[in-house]
Amino acid sequence: MGLTRRDFLYGIGGVTSSFVTRKAFGATKSFSPHENSVGVLHDITRCIGCRKCEDACHQVNHLPDPKLSFSDLSVLNTVRRTHSDVYTVVNRFEVNGQSVFVKKQCNHCLEPACASACFVKAFKKEITGPVIYKESLCVGCRYCMIACPFNIPAYEYHNPFSPKVTKCTLCSDRLNQGLLPGCVDICPKEALVFGTRQHLINIARQRIDEHPERYIDHIYGEHEMGGTSWLYISGVKFSDIGMREDLGTISAPALTAGPLSAVPIVVGLWPVLLTGMYAISKRKEKIAEAEKAEAVKKAQRIMQEQMETKIAEVKSKSEKEKEAAIQKAVKQAVAGAEKKFQSEKSEIEEAKS
Amino acid sequence: MTTHSESRSLLTPFNVVAGIIVMVGIVITGLRFFSGLSTVTNLDDNNPWGLWIGFDLLCGVALAAGGYVTSASCYIFGLKKYHSAVRPAILTAFLGYALVVFALHYDVGRPWRLPYPIFLSQGTTSLLFEVGLCVFMYLTVLLIEYSPAALEWLGYKKARNIIVRMTLALTILGVVLSTLHQSSLGALYIIAPSKLHPLWYSSYLPVFFFISSMFSGMSMVIFEGSLAHRYLHHKMDKTHLTESEGVVLGFAKAASFIMAGYVAIKVIGISADNNWHYLATPYGVWFLVELIGFVALPSFAYAIGVREKKIQLIRWTALWSVLGIVLNRLNISLIAFNWQLPTSERYFPSWMEIAISIFIVTIGVLVYRFVVNRMPILYEHPDYQEHHS
Repeated sequence: MGLTRRDFLYGIGGVTSSFVTRKAFGATKSFSPHENSVGVLHDITRCIGCRKCEDACHQVNHLPDPKLSFSDLSVLNTVRRTHSDVYTVVNRFEVNGQSVFVKKQCNHCLEPACASACFVKAFKKEITGPVIYKESLCVGCRYCMIACPFNIPAYEYHNPFSPKVTKCTLCSDRLNQGLLPGCVDICPKEALVFGTRQHLINIARQRIDEHPERYIDHIYGEHEMGGTSWLYISGVKFSDIGMREDLGTISAPALTAGPLSAVPIVVGLWPVLLTGMYAISKRKEKIAEAEKAEAVKKAQRIMQEQMETKIAEVKSKSEKEKEAAIQKAVKQAVAGAEKKFQSEKSEIEEAKS
Repeated sequence: MTTHSESRSLLTPFNVVAGIIVMVGIVITGLRFFSGLSTVTNLDDNNPWGLWIGFDLLCGVALAAGGYVTSASCYIFGLKKYHSAVRPAILTAFLGYALVVFALHYDVGRPWRLPYPIFLSQGTTSLLFEVGLCVFMYLTVLLIEYSPAALEWLGYKKARNIIVRMTLALTILGVVLSTLHQSSLGALYIIAPSKLHPLWYSSYLPVFFFISSMFSGMSMVIFEGSLAHRYLHHKMDKTHLTESEGVVLGFAKAASFIMAGYVAIKVIGISADNNWHYLATPYGVWFLVELIGFVALPSFAYAIGVREKKIQLIRWTALWSVLGIVLNRLNISLIAFNWQLPTSERYFPSWMEIAISIFIVTIGVLVYRFVVNRMPILYEHPDYQEHHS
C-alpha cells in the first residue's frame, strides 16, 4: 500500500521532468493543485511517537542538537511547536485514554498564506510542491508568521545581524537529488507516505473506506485553507490532537483578494471625486462672490435711485415754492398796482368833478 | 529671539525627564541592534508582532491621520476657516509617519532591507506591500507639504512658492494614499481569520480602519491644539487664536457624526457575521467597553460639547477618543489576536519594548517643539501673509 521507497525512486525521474515542461502553467494567475505536485500523507494511527523523524530532520537540515537527545521521550509530556532550530515536532495527545502521536511541520499549502502575505516574495510555492523560503530577500517583518494558519514559520529572534524565518522545506534539495524527505525516509512504521498529492488522496480515501472503524471520515489538508501538500488521516477528531478544524476552505489569497481589489477603485475614483469636490466648492465660492457683488451693486443702485428721487422731489418742491412766491409777489404787485390805479383814478375823477 | 528664554529653560522638569528617556532609549537601541530582538522584546514564534507594531505602527498611523483630514477640509472642501490648523496638522502627520518608519527599523529583523519591497522584489499580493508603498509615498508627500514652513524659515522664497502652487495636487494625492494605507492596515488581519477574535475580525476591517482614522485625525488635531494652547500660546498669531475655536467646534461636530456612523457600521459588521452570541462572553464585554465606552459615549460628549459650546468638554473628549483609537488598535493587534492560545503563550510587552515606544514618542515631542519654536507653524510668516492658497 502507498508508495514505497523503490516506487518513488523509479517514479521521480519522470515526475521531475514533467514539472519542467509544465512550468509555464505555474505562472498563470489562478491555479488548481498541480496534478503531479508531491506531498506527504501522515497516517496518524500508525505513528508511535519515536521521534526518529525529528532526528532525521535535524540531520538533513544540519540543525543544532537539542539539549535532550531524540531518544528521550519525556519531551512528549509538553505540546511543542516548531522553532527556529526545530522544523518538525511530534506531539502526544491523550484521547479517550489512548495516546495519539501527531507530527507537525509546514503543510506546504497549495496557495500558501505566507507567500501571499510576503511583501518581498521571499516565499515561493514550487510547482513540484514545496513552499520555499529565500533568505536573501527577507526583511524580517514576520507577517508570514501572522498569516500562517498552522503557526509554522519561526524566527531567529536571537540573531542580531542575519535573522531568518525558518520552516520545513519538504527537503526540496533532496527531492531534486531523487531522495525522499528525511522524515519520510526514516519513519519505521510507514506513518509517512510520500507521493503525488492526488495519489496520496486516493490512498487515504482507500484506507478510510476499507477501515471505517479505524479512521474518521476526513482527510485533513484536502481542503483546509484551500488545500495542503501534507495530508493527514486520523482515528480521532483532529481538534482533539491540536489541529484546528475551523480554518475553512478559503485560501489566504482568496481572503485578501477583496481588499486588494479596492486599490484600483480608490486610485481611480478618489482623484476624480476630490477634484470634482474642489471644483464644486470653488464654484460655490465664485457664485457666492458674484452674488455678493451683485447684491452690493443692486443696493447701491437702489440707494442712488432713492437719492435721485429725493433730490428731484426737493428740487420740484423748492421750485414750486419759488413759483408760488413769485406769483404771490406778482399778485401782490398787481393788487398793489390796481389799488394804486384805483386810488389814482378816483383822485382824477374827484379832481374832474 | 527665543535663545535667551531657551538657555534659561534648559533644566526644566520636562527636559530632565525627556533627557532620561532619550538616554535609556539609546542604550536599549544598542542592545536591540547588537544583541538581537530576543534580548529586548518578549516576541516569540506565536506572537511575532508586539507593541512596536500594535502601538508604534497601527496607532502611530491612525493618530497621524490629522494631516490628510485637515488639509482635505481646507483645500478640497473649501473650509477656509481651518486654514490655520493645516500647518500644525501636517507637521504632526509628517513627524508621526517619520517616527512610524523609524520604529519599524527596530521591529523588522533586517531594517537595512526595508527598501527591498519597493525597489527590489515587489510582493504585490501582500497587503503589507500596499501599506509599505503607500506609507513610503505618503511620507514623501508629507515632507513636501510640510516643506513651505521650513523654506519660509530658511528664506527660500522661490522654492516655497513653487511648492505652495502644488498644494491641491498634493492634498488629493495625500487623501488617496491615506485611504489606501489606513484601510490596508486593517486589511492586514483579514488573512488571519483563525487568529483574531470574531468580534474584531470582519471583512469590513479596512472600512473600519479608514473610517476610524478620520475621527482619530480630528480628535488628534483638537487634542494637540489644546496642548499647544497651553504650552505654545505665545507662538500663535491672531488668526490662529481667533480661528482655533471654530476648528475645535467644527472638528468636534464632524467627529461626533463620523463616530456615530462608525458605531453603526460596527453593528452591521457583527450582524453580517452573526456574531451576537459572542457579546455575552468576556471578550464580548471588552468589545462593548471599546465600542460604547470609547466610541459611542465620546461621540455623544462631542455632540453635547458642540451644542453647548463647551470647548473644555470637547478637549477632554478628544483625549478620550484618542484613547479609544489606541484601545481599538491594541485590541486587534494584541489583545484579541491569538485569543485562542493558552494564557501562558500570550504576549505581554517587555519593559524595554515599552521604553522604546515611549522613547519614540518623546523624540516626536522634542522635534515638534524644536520646529514650532522656530518655523512658521502656529503663525503666518509676515512675508507670506498675502499668499493665502
